[in-house]
Amino acid sequence: MEYNITNYCNIKDNKIFHNGQEIYRNKGELPFLDFIKGAYKELEIAYPKFYKMDSLSKLSLIASSVLLDNYKEELDEKMAIVLSNRSGCIDIDRIHQTNIDEDGIAGARPANFVYTLPNISLGEISIKYQLRSENSFFIFDSFNPNFLIAYSKSLINLKKCNSLLVGWVEVNEEAYNGFLFMIEPKPGMELTEKKLLELI
Amino acid sequence: MEELKKELKEKLIEALNLEDLTPDDISDDEALFGEGLGLDSIDALELIIILDKDYGIKLTDSKDGKKIFETVETMATFIKENRTK
Repeated sequence: MEYNITNYCNIKDNKIFHNGQEIYRNKGELPFLDFIKGAYKELEIAYPKFYKMDSLSKLSLIASSVLLDNYKEELDEKMAIVLSNRSGCIDIDRIHQTNIDEDGIAGARPANFVYTLPNISLGEISIKYQLRSENSFFIFDSFNPNFLIAYSKSLINLKKCNSLLVGWVEVNEEAYNGFLFMIEPKPGMELTEKKLLELI
Repeated sequence: MEELKKELKEKLIEALNLEDLTPDDISDDEALFGEGLGLDSIDALELIIILDKDYGIKLTDSKDGKKIFETVETMATFIKENRTK
């Protein structure tokens, strides 16, 4: 069976889209954290741990929730997750650094420190959906569809997974862009560089 | 004691990012971990830091934390009896 893009979510410019349809928009322009909190409430995601997360995990969690909360079939617990971005978890790194600069080592707060790796966002998605699967987080200068396609196909060929949640989750202060898509052995959009560049 | 409990609730909300809660939403005898407020092990570290930085209490045995951090009431009682600032 051919693998295709079956489902996708975009989060950018104070709006959220599911398969190209707008499902949430702010009135006016809000700072990222207010925007994403508004979306969490409006979309009734109901996962209180959201409030404790760093901005990258919040973006990743909301994008994955749009795709997976309404998934009609039973979720594949072996669904692999492959995420990427440019800035890692720079926002929480800055907060962590500021706390240390101000108060020395005593300023290092566990609630911030635990998020000082971008792949924590993978863990948050895995915990929410009880996924026990392959996952990876890559850093690129810009969205790299060829790599994501090749890596996803290699996981499939190695029989590491039978479906994937893949994408780009970038947050750096007020610049953010979330684009997650699912790859499954089902009818859908062709998994090509051109298609992914169209969708992001 | 009532003032200390209110102060503790405000500190919990701020330190643990429980931003949708107000002090009135947290009962004095509500379990902080498990099914109550749903705090986890990382939150426990934050509570240890609050005790140290704000009340001058250093917990030397992590086993003590289980009883001390049971509820806001147990925390406040412990702080009242042991605070150095």
